[in-house]
Amino acid sequence: MYGYVGKILRINLKERVANVEALDLEVAKKFIGGRGLGTKMLMEEVDPKIDALSPENKLIVVSGPLTGTPTPTGGRYMVVTKSPLTGTVASSNSGGYWGAELKFAGYDGIIIEEKADSPVYVNIEDDKVEIKDASNLWGKVVSETTDLLEKEYGGKVKVLTIGPAGEKLSRIAAIMNDKDRAAGRSGVGAVMGSKNLKAITVRGSNRKAKVKEPDKLKQVFSRSIKKIRDNGVTGQGLPTYGTAVLVNVINESGVHPTNNFQDGFFGNADDISGETLAEKYLVKKEACYRCPIVCGRYCKVDDIEGGGPEYETIWAYGSDCGVNDLGEIIKANYWCNELGLDTISAGATLAAAMELYQKGYIKDEEVDGPPLEFGNAHAVMEWTKKMGLREGLGDKFAEGSYRLAEMYGAPELSMSVKKQELPAYDPRGIQGQGLQYATSNRGGCHVRGYLISPEILGLPEKLDRFSLEGKPTWVKIFQDLTAVIDSLGLCLFTSFALGVEDYADLYNAVCGTDHTAQSILQAGDRIWNIEKLFNLESGLDSSDDTLPKRLLEEPIPEGPSKGWITKLDEMLPKYYEERGWDEKGVPTEEKLVELGLLMKTKA
Amino acid sequence: MDIEVRFFATLREGRGKKVYLDYEEGIDSYNIIRLFKIKEEDVAILLINGRNGELNTKLSKGDIVSIFPPVGGG
Ligand code: SF4
Repeated sequence: MYGYVGKILRINLKERVANVEALDLEVAKKFIGGRGLGTKMLMEEVDPKIDALSPENKLIVVSGPLTGTPTPTGGRYMVVTKSPLTGTVASSNSGGYWGAELKFAGYDGIIIEEKADSPVYVNIEDDKVEIKDASNLWGKVVSETTDLLEKEYGGKVKVLTIGPAGEKLSRIAAIMNDKDRAAGRSGVGAVMGSKNLKAITVRGSNRKAKVKEPDKLKQVFSRSIKKIRDNGVTGQGLPTYGTAVLVNVINESGVHPTNNFQDGFFGNADDISGETLAEKYLVKKEACYRCPIVCGRYCKVDDIEGGGPEYETIWAYGSDCGVNDLGEIIKANYWCNELGLDTISAGATLAAAMELYQKGYIKDEEVDGPPLEFGNAHAVMEWTKKMGLREGLGDKFAEGSYRLAEMYGAPELSMSVKKQELPAYDPRGIQGQGLQYATSNRGGCHVRGYLISPEILGLPEKLDRFSLEGKPTWVKIFQDLTAVIDSLGLCLFTSFALGVEDYADLYNAVCGTDHTAQSILQAGDRIWNIEKLFNLESGLDSSDDTLPKRLLEEPIPEGPSKGWITKLDEMLPKYYEERGWDEKGVPTEEKLVELGLLMKTKA
Repeated sequence: MDIEVRFFATLREGRGKKVYLDYEEGIDSYNIIRLFKIKEEDVAILLINGRNGELNTKLSKGDIVSIFPPVGGG
């Protein structure tokens, strides 16, 4: 077997047993791996209607066929489960080194079932799999948990863990690995916490992946590396400034959501930019496994230091909260990593809380911490701690912005799609991105289809960001291609430089598949559709393919995108048509047959 | 002080963050690039008042020109 290692580890936490099962290679290839294969397994094993935090939910951690192979950025894994935040399929991706180590230990993925009756962690060393008592780790922050486990098993062990936020079932809790890398979104950390599972440590001894055509891989590898090095974004922009380089370009375009999307332009953007980060706080740069891009940052402020912050985090805690103090944002990012919170949802939930306070829904007497005023830099760090620990009013914030705003009778103040907080681009001034947000299978998300690339950055070609023309087609292609990259086990950032043929060639060289650009994109389409089927069966419908009312009805008040709303109504029907779905957004039988996915769905 | 030119990322090296220029009849964005000795291939994104501009776009009084080298992320 090439690329894949052929084994799935099934762990039942109630029975405290672990079994090894053979990977069905045919199914694996049909869904590639990672996100695609994980969703296929979830669909088969879990009733989409269950409560995501019940023992019936399963936590599937799965690598891609290129994870742990000599491909650029081939180190990623995916957490697939039902999301307690959105009720949709969750698939949260992470880099670092843990994913490759799982492969070296001899597993393509792990399926975790049921719930342990007391806190446990799982230790994997090749064939040895132990379920161990974690009572001494429960309640500990991510760095301390990681240090303790490294002390126990030696520095080479790779640690994946939740922080207190996951233990306390925060619906915006992340799963962390290698201390500061996160499978961040959709509350996957709460699913792990609901199972009383604190951590998974892994060490593998078989560090050489089997490659079907090593000579061909060498060729494709050199070609890909050259493209990555020569490309301005992956060879220059990301290595020099990290993702935070986006702050200024997004703000200059007037689509940098400010004060919970009340504005699209932040006057103090340069204070929180990648340029300022590099000048004042950057200690060093960090890379994930086999990554030539090296976009990771490591920063220090006062007595706090750690990985990050990323652009999305800087936006969520910065302009979305009206904050221009980058030092405090770095501290808030640090606490998100330590407590195991998704930085996008955490920052955006605080922004929603600030608007709830501004509009008089949250009253002064309830505020048992720093004033919740937009622009209060000290507040964002303090409230992050209270949110992660569910202390006082922070207990409500831990539910995410939608449930928080709903508690106050104002759900429209949550800037979310399918209850997941939107990231750092105001779709009113980027029409294709708006359609992508509305149709994303995991709710508010930019990495299900990064239309920012053509609409703002001009890659692979420049599109008029206000035009609707052709956008449904672009959205579909971006969504399908992203599904491919996520399923292969590569980093999405490679797509600034690589094209669909490169991905097909890398997969073919490693696994001996015979994909063309067209057939691999069809696999992406298949993955998108199986995710959609899960969501439909869980009870979502086309009324969930929408945006917050503000973005559909209130024009951006100031700045370069002034006067624009997202014209979703004009794009959505064309998008459904493009996908081969009916007018209610349900895949047609014909489409499912074409993709080899015929299953029963509700009309 | 009729035209504001903003530089970003590596283009700030030796140029600063922003410069104000007097407006001259017929000036276009290409003149600006030349004036600040920026190589054409280093200009990945050129915004005029926050909207996509081309290298030959004629400028008007009060315009803000923002110039970026290749940037990306997510
Ligand atoms: S580009 Fe950044 S996130 Fe992606 S693999 Fe490299 S260092 Fe990790």
